[in-house]
Amino acid sequence: MRASTIGYTLCILLALAVPALGIYPVFAMQLMCFAMFACAFNLLLGFSGMLSFGHAAYFGFASYVTSWLIMAHRWDTVESIVTGTVAAGLLGLVVGAIAIRRQGIYFAMITLALGQLVYFVCLQAPFTGGENGIQGVPRGSLLGLVSLRPDVHMYYFVLVIFVAVFLFIRRIVHSPYGYVLKAIRENEPRAISLGYHVDRYKLLAFVLSATIAGLAGSLKAMTLGLSTLSDVNAGTSGEVILMTLLGGTGTFFGPVLGAGIVTSLQQYLSGVVGDWVTAIIGAIFVACVMLFRRGIIGEVLAWQQRRQAGRAAAQQPVGRA
Amino acid sequence: MTEIFGYPLPVILGQLMLGLVNGSFYAMLSLGLAVIFGLLGVVNFAHGALYMLGAYAAYVGLNLLGINYWFALLLSPLAVGALGIVLERLLLRHLYKLDPLYGLLLTFGLALMAEGVMSNHYGSSGQSYPVPGALQGVFNLGFMILPIYRAWVIVASLVVCFTTWFVIERTRLGSTLRAATENPKLVQAFGINVPIIVMATYGAGVGLAAFAGVLSAPLIQITPLMGSSLVIVVFAVVVIGGMGSIFGSIVSGLVLGMVEGLTKVVYPEASNVVVFLIMALVLMWRPAGLFGRT
Amino acid sequence: MNMKLKPLAAGLALAAVFGVSAAHAAANKVLIGDIDDMSGLYADVIGPGGVVAAKMAIADFGGKVLGKKIEFISADHQNKPDIGASKFREWADQDGVNMILGGSNTGVNIAMSKVALAKKVPFISIGAAGASLTNQDCTPYTVHYAYDTTGLANGTASTIVKQGGKTWFFLTADYAFGTQLRDAATKVVEANGGKSLGEVRVPLSTADFSSYLLQAQASGAQVLGLANAGGDFTNSLKAAQEFGLTKKMKPAALLAFISDIHGLGLKTAQGLILTTGWYWDLNPETRAFAKRYFAITKKEPTMNQAAYYSAVMHYLKSVKAAGTTDPDKVMAEMKKMKINDFFAKGGYIRADGLMVHNQYVMQVKTPAESKYPWDYYKVIKVMTGEEAYGPMTGECKYAK
Repeated sequence: MRASTIGYTLCILLALAVPALGIYPVFAMQLMCFAMFACAFNLLLGFSGMLSFGHAAYFGFASYVTSWLIMAHRWDTVESIVTGTVAAGLLGLVVGAIAIRRQGIYFAMITLALGQLVYFVCLQAPFTGGENGIQGVPRGSLLGLVSLRPDVHMYYFVLVIFVAVFLFIRRIVHSPYGYVLKAIRENEPRAISLGYHVDRYKLLAFVLSATIAGLAGSLKAMTLGLSTLSDVNAGTSGEVILMTLLGGTGTFFGPVLGAGIVTSLQQYLSGVVGDWVTAIIGAIFVACVMLFRRGIIGEVLAWQQRRQAGRAAAQQPVGRA
Repeated sequence: MTEIFGYPLPVILGQLMLGLVNGSFYAMLSLGLAVIFGLLGVVNFAHGALYMLGAYAAYVGLNLLGINYWFALLLSPLAVGALGIVLERLLLRHLYKLDPLYGLLLTFGLALMAEGVMSNHYGSSGQSYPVPGALQGVFNLGFMILPIYRAWVIVASLVVCFTTWFVIERTRLGSTLRAATENPKLVQAFGINVPIIVMATYGAGVGLAAFAGVLSAPLIQITPLMGSSLVIVVFAVVVIGGMGSIFGSIVSGLVLGMVEGLTKVVYPEASNVVVFLIMALVLMWRPAGLFGRT
Repeated sequence: MNMKLKPLAAGLALAAVFGVSAAHAAANKVLIGDIDDMSGLYADVIGPGGVVAAKMAIADFGGKVLGKKIEFISADHQNKPDIGASKFREWADQDGVNMILGGSNTGVNIAMSKVALAKKVPFISIGAAGASLTNQDCTPYTVHYAYDTTGLANGTASTIVKQGGKTWFFLTADYAFGTQLRDAATKVVEANGGKSLGEVRVPLSTADFSSYLLQAQASGAQVLGLANAGGDFTNSLKAAQEFGLTKKMKPAALLAFISDIHGLGLKTAQGLILTTGWYWDLNPETRAFAKRYFAITKKEPTMNQAAYYSAVMHYLKSVKAAGTTDPDKVMAEMKKMKINDFFAKGGYIRADGLMVHNQYVMQVKTPAESKYPWDYYKVIKVMTGEEAYGPMTGECKYAK
């Protein structure tokens, strides 16, 4: 059996045992939602080379739509989550269509500004409850079969979706579509000259990323039972960038690790260092950009590759080039 | 009371006046951003935080060192500009050869650090800074009472903006700067020290932000987050004006401030988003911005 | 090879280390929590001062109840409902908290009250003003202790309308507190023959009120109803004066604390009419408490900081009388026992959770009238609790 399969199986077993280990399930669920959010963001940045600076818009918008459907219209849980996710995807389609017209820095700034626009719309729109947010959202049940109110049930529900999303992203990246995206990221003019409709590929990536971010947002709303402006503000957009950067852009597990570290920092450090959390996050950002751009996982992988190359070179008979 | 489309004229003029004051800030800040981007290629996300630091420098100067407002107008930009130069030398310089996105991310992280440190020290409710004696009082314009200080803000920022534009577009120093951006190696071959120019330009752009900060101190509560929401609007203004265009950012800033003011009369809830909507429209019609050259 | 194994394992291990936090059994201690705005626009109203007051109460009670040590923890909700609710939930799930004090911000308190219902934790909301906490948002575990928007409107708004301020325009803080205060004030204004000419909604923690005030001026109303509090109140009042608005419109301070008046100074604040549930200089008992508080913090206590002391005391006395920390039994005891201390005389907690006690309508003194530091108010009217709050509206489904 391949070692990586063993590795993955171990991880799955650990994840399944989390409630039994005494880890606070709500925290674990929050972690997974943000990990999903970061993975979705990484699909856009790491694998397609597009930096979206207002990604919280999709996360938060789906969160609001899901909560609103459950509270105001008494929809079923699963239906609400699906609708919220689709709504985020549609929002991504609209924003993407505008933003794709420019690249690089301009693209980033446009997504930032449009993300801010979504924030202000959410602030004013009556259905979101403005500063109060939507609170007390009940978890309901899974298709009427299993109640999701107990934290443990909800945890497994989120875990299954998280694993599915993770595998889905891997599938996309390793598919022919994913390879074209990689080509576009590496050298867009050449991809165009090869005849690819680059804009369509990029837009699809954007929509996929927004949709998955929306799914993460909907699940987060169900986990905590509330949707507030924090879900959709620029701070959350910045956090997901940090998570991906810290963990390793363009790796699969990087965003998950990054999400774990940042969420844990905020949860546990806020009691210890209080107001220094923002400054510390900023410092980590700066350190990442200056010192280890590949992120933790990226650096680990690069180190392993150097080791392997070293070993291979050492095995070469002396005298060869 | 005369009315335009059903809105009383005094109300429209009043909001336009206030919009012009806001627009002055947009113009100054987007000017600084445009200078830094146009000449350095760096998107300075820390611009909002530097504006905030400029205001705090004035506050600290007054309360700890007894430096009054007029000296603060000069000293705060120098101090914060010096900080900017240090940041450029130590950090930004290493990123020029990389993807410009890293510059954006670095300055974003620096902004968070600055805001975090100030939040920790001062809390988020804010400090107040007194209006300097010479500028107290009001003008009675008939349609509204305009505090003299706000009129001063408009005048000061117009002077600063015009001076900066003039220096960059019409003087020899400015043309050297512009040449250094387009072809640093060639300019260096002429014996001009390009890295020093780059450093000084960043410092100047930062100084502009700090100057805006000092101007705003008597107007609003000085809070650690005062720059963070402002900077996003300023980005939109720069995109509308055209990223590399000095003139574009000044004009767009002033006009958009007034458009916001007008929106507050007609549809107040939309006043926060009108700039972003205009940005989206401009991008669809003229992706390079209204005055852009790309 | 096992290229993916190491990072994966490392990642999960990291998460596990951070995540493991055994649930503390609260069997051997009584844990009281405080979730409040510690650093924002409301920080001076309660904030760290409230922590001081609560700890004074715990010390005065003896530090122990039913043989268990009393512990106190506090957290900053930063005016965000999600942070407040998450902290509440975490303390309930992980630390077995026995009672939580709710600091400023009605929106956060409403979110927390929902968690209190789900987790069955007694929740004494002190800082929030919104009357909905004892109406549509009520729970069997919520107590609304110091004051609410109904009392504020009946005190301040009715006094100003009766003085001749018939037409009103509101500057409303755009969240639950602001809208509830505006609604309560409008009702009182209309009941007294006045009229509301409109409102403008202002985001929380706004820096620049100038354009909103311009809209207020355009309305031509006699009274500028400031349906906001804390930093928003002081900033909007200062801006109104800067633009000469206060010459044409009378400002109505619908919610103001002594910390605000202290920050504004008597020169700016003189003549303002406001309603409060307690004042440090009312009688010898209030002065005695204030003296002790001042010795620690160098500031006189606001109504809410005093309420923190009184509420903690009342809770601990109820636990002792009930002989248990069981939430339902303690709540029953709290509603049975009257409150007779420096904060309230003959105060009692109604079926809907509201603590009914006197409310005082005050006027801010002129600088000449003020004889010593913090001598800011003169009493215009004393309202009994029943007068100030009126009868139960029937909107609370748990108060039958």
